[in-house]
This record gives sequence, C-alpha cells and structure tokens, in this order.
Amino acid sequence: MLYVELLAQGLVQGSIYALVAVGLTLVYGLLRILHVAHAGLFTLGGYVGVLVTNATGSLLLALLVAMVTVGIVGMAIYRLCYQPILDKPPYVALIASIGLFIAMEEIYRLVFGPYGISFENPPLQDVVQMFGVTLRLGEVATAAGTLLLVGALAVFSGKTRFGTAWRATVTDPAMAESFGIDIIKVRYLNFFIGSAFAASAGVMVALLNNMVEPTMGSVPSYKALAIIVLRGLGDVRGTLVAALALGVIEAFGTIYLGKFLDRDAIAFAFLILVLMVRPQGLFGRA
Amino acid sequence: MLGLGAYEISVITAMGIAVIFALSLNLITGFCGQISLGHAAFYGIGAYTSALLTKAGFPIGVGLLGAVILAGLVGIVVGFASLRVRHDFLAITTMGVGFLFVGITRQMDFVGGEMGVSGIPASGFGKPGFMLFVMLCVVLTILFSLHLKRSWMGYSFDAIASDEDTAKVIGLDVSRYKLAAFAMGTALAGLAGALYAHNVRFIDPESFGFVESITVLAMVVIGGIGSVPGVIFAAALLSVLPLWIQFFDEYKLLLYGGLLFAMMRFSPGGMAGLARRIIPSKAKGARS
Repeated sequence: MLYVELLAQGLVQGSIYALVAVGLTLVYGLLRILHVAHAGLFTLGGYVGVLVTNATGSLLLALLVAMVTVGIVGMAIYRLCYQPILDKPPYVALIASIGLFIAMEEIYRLVFGPYGISFENPPLQDVVQMFGVTLRLGEVATAAGTLLLVGALAVFSGKTRFGTAWRATVTDPAMAESFGIDIIKVRYLNFFIGSAFAASAGVMVALLNNMVEPTMGSVPSYKALAIIVLRGLGDVRGTLVAALALGVIEAFGTIYLGKFLDRDAIAFAFLILVLMVRPQGLFGRA
Repeated sequence: MLGLGAYEISVITAMGIAVIFALSLNLITGFCGQISLGHAAFYGIGAYTSALLTKAGFPIGVGLLGAVILAGLVGIVVGFASLRVRHDFLAITTMGVGFLFVGITRQMDFVGGEMGVSGIPASGFGKPGFMLFVMLCVVLTILFSLHLKRSWMGYSFDAIASDEDTAKVIGLDVSRYKLAAFAMGTALAGLAGALYAHNVRFIDPESFGFVESITVLAMVVIGGIGSVPGVIFAAALLSVLPLWIQFFDEYKLLLYGGLLFAMMRFSPGGMAGLARRIIPSKAKGARS
C-alpha cells in the first residue's frame, strides 16, 4: 500500500514539474536559452491565482486570469530581455535570466511581504478514496489539470496549422522562415504558452500547499532545468516522462535515501549520474 | 592598529575574503570560459574542512592546507564533468553540485547537519593580525592571477574560452587545461572558505547555497568576466556596500539580480568592458 501511496504522491509532484518543464523546454528548444526566470513567472502565477480566488471566490476564473496575465508577462520578458541579446554567447542570456529571476523574487517579497499569502477559503480540500489510496481533491485536480493542458498542447501542436508552423520553427528556424513562417510570431506564442503553463503550475502548488511565498519558484524550477537537461534535445513527450519519473524517484528516494541526501539533492544526484553516463541526456540522440 | 577600529578591520577582512573567492571563480569562468553555478560548494568544502580540522586540535596552518587540498580534489572530480558536458549543460551540472553539497551537509551529523559548526577556533593572530594575513592571501592571489593570465597556460585557457574546438584542432590538450583550471579555481575557493570559517567562526549549510554561488558569479560578471582588476573592484564593492548602508542590505538581492541582468543586457563585458569603452586604449583608437 505504501508503494501505491508513494507512486501517487510522486505522480502529483511530477505533474507540477512537468507543467514547469514544458515551458522551459519550449523556450530552450526554440532559442537555446536556459530560461531561469521562468520560475519567477511560476511564482507570479501562484500569487495571481490566490489574489483572484480571494477576490472572486472562483478558482477556475483565477486559473484563467493567472494563465493569461503571466503569459503576457512572459511575452514581455522575451521582447524586453531576451530578444536584444540573442546574438550574444549563450552564457549572457543565462546570467541575465538568473539576475532577472532573483530580482523578481525580491520584488514579490517587497510587494507581497516575506511570509507569503494564503487562500481565505482553501478550495478543493476534501479527501477522496481512489485506487485504494487517500488523495486530496486538490491533488486529483492537479494531475487531471496537467493531463488536460498537456493534451490540449499536443492537439494544438499536432493538428492545427499554427502548431505545424511552430514545430517547423523549433526543428529548423532558418528553413521555416524561408517557407514564409513568421518566426517572431512563433516566438511570442511560444513564450505565451510556456509562461501560461508555468502559471497554471503555480496556481496548483498554491492549492496543494495553501500558500504562496516569494521563493516558492526556486526548487521546482531548478528541478525543471534538470529535467530538460535529462531529457536531452527530444520532444515534449520526453519532458513529460522525465518529469513524472523524477517525481516518483523523489517520492521513493526520500524514503530510502533520506538519511544521506535531502529531497532536493536527490534530483541532482540523479541528473549528474545520467549526464556523466549519457551526456546527450536520457532520451537524447547522440 | 594602523588607526583602524574593530569595525573597519572586520569590513576589510570580509572584503579580502570576497576578493579571493571572486578571483577563484574568475580562473574557471573568466580565464577558461567554463561556467559554474555551484562555486559556493567549494567555498563550503574549504570552510567545513578547516573548521573541523582546527576543532579537532590541528593548527590553523593544517586547516587551511587541508581546505585547499580537499576543495581542489573535489574540484578536479567536478572538472571531469566539464569534459563530458558543455555550456548550458555544464551550468546545470555545476548548479546540481551546489545543491548536492548543501543536501549532503544537511543530512550528515558529523558535520553538524542543519545546525552547522559553531565555536570554530579563531586564527590565533588576533583580529588585526588575521586581517593582515587575509590581505597577504589577497595579494598572493592577485599576483597568481596576473601571472597565470600571461603564462602559456593562461593563453591556452583563453583559446579554450573563445573556441574549444579550434583549440583542440591546434593541438592544445583541452581536457588537461580544463581540469587544471578547475583544480586551481576550486582550491582557491577552498582557501577563501577556510578564511571565512575562521573569520565568522560559525558555519551552516545555508551559508554555501545557491544564493552564495550567484553572489560570487555576480561579482565576476559585474566586474567583467576574465578581467582581474574588474573582478577585484566588483568583489570589494559588492561585499562592503551591504555592510555600509543598512538600507542597502534590505534590497541587496534585488540590486544583485538587477545589476546582473542590466550588465548582461547592456554591457556583457561588465565594468571592465564599460571602462574600456569609455577610455579607449591607443591600440583600439588606431584601429577604428
């Protein structure tokens, strides 16, 4: 029973990682930027989610508002921060992104206070029995929401004209441009969707912990970075598998390795191990 | 002594330690072009090694030497990672090393776990004496950096930093030079960490976390990646500003983050790059 319980917890945690990592993977695939400031957008999503829920009482509305606002902020970050330094060596964008992330966390701390904010009436706290394990409704909603969003993304990128243009741009920007695709528009779309996904993850974490705080973005996003490296340069599907796997590995690792490593270090121990054996990543092609 | 009060002495000591730490990262990231987001781990290894050795009764000399050797050895191991992965992947791997260090020290009881190590013996030179000792280490580190930059090894580092594949093609043993850069840079970080431990006399895992790694990276980047005077200036400035201005301490991270971003966005060469742009050298003037 313990195993099923751990598996369920791992999958819920993995869903959060997946939503954050999908956005990072989209940005990395298109621009080869390790978008650390993505974590700041995740946190912003959490704050918007809690504030709107408290104001209106509707979690669903809050989720939508968070995804749209954060998506727009994400596009602004691309336009103002990344676009001007795309031709510089890769470390320039990476360090700029880290700087931006730290500044964002500090702004949240100064604006919303250091202790974080909570829901006035925490939604979805009821407990349900599923497959013999006890889960909170919030956890079920997290897993279901992730499935829904990722499924929608798969349909969008696979079945629509815009999705095809998008995939073409990720595969070969120069070729896509010569076929008449507006790659600037694709980049904006990319940042909008990636950031909106991060925001949804932020709202879900706020729901699970009934708490948002300025530094809540750090740990999931460092792990999301690890995940996109683990996945190598594969596709969104690889990211999903790696994210869920990491959630499960952590859940079991905390029980069996907790004496030597804390939870956050397990992910990186696994990452370093994989990279040393397969530098191209777990699912990458050599 | 020297007309300095106790406060000035502690400020100068802290500043000196920051300069050594920043120059140590500059060897790896600045000279050799290998980005590291986990440099605080080596600072921490140095601090823990020297703290535990001196607490066990060894003299401070043994503590410092042990710190340098152990940090350098672990540095070589991490250096092997730089042979396997590059650029962004190396950044994430070194970041992982940083988290691993904090994660392990937190869980291990014989290094104090979450509680850290307290009651670390002072240097035994007295506060002013320790300041002079730190300053001596700073001068030696600066001389070493300057010498290295103009040596054959320094030129090889430069070649690797600007284009690794070409460096390989012209026959440089890239792997050996990278490992050398990691060994020297991390050993120096170990020294800085040991000095830090004997200065503040209390350490815990949180003192060597990701924020510390970013702080030192900020010093190197804001000073100007690879520029020895730039890095010294930025490290000295960024380490004393929070001590001088109380108001500044509250906004310290915001300013670090903002500066990091602004520097990369507007002047990726850092302060050294800015200085070069404002005061063009004769050679450049002739060219343009």
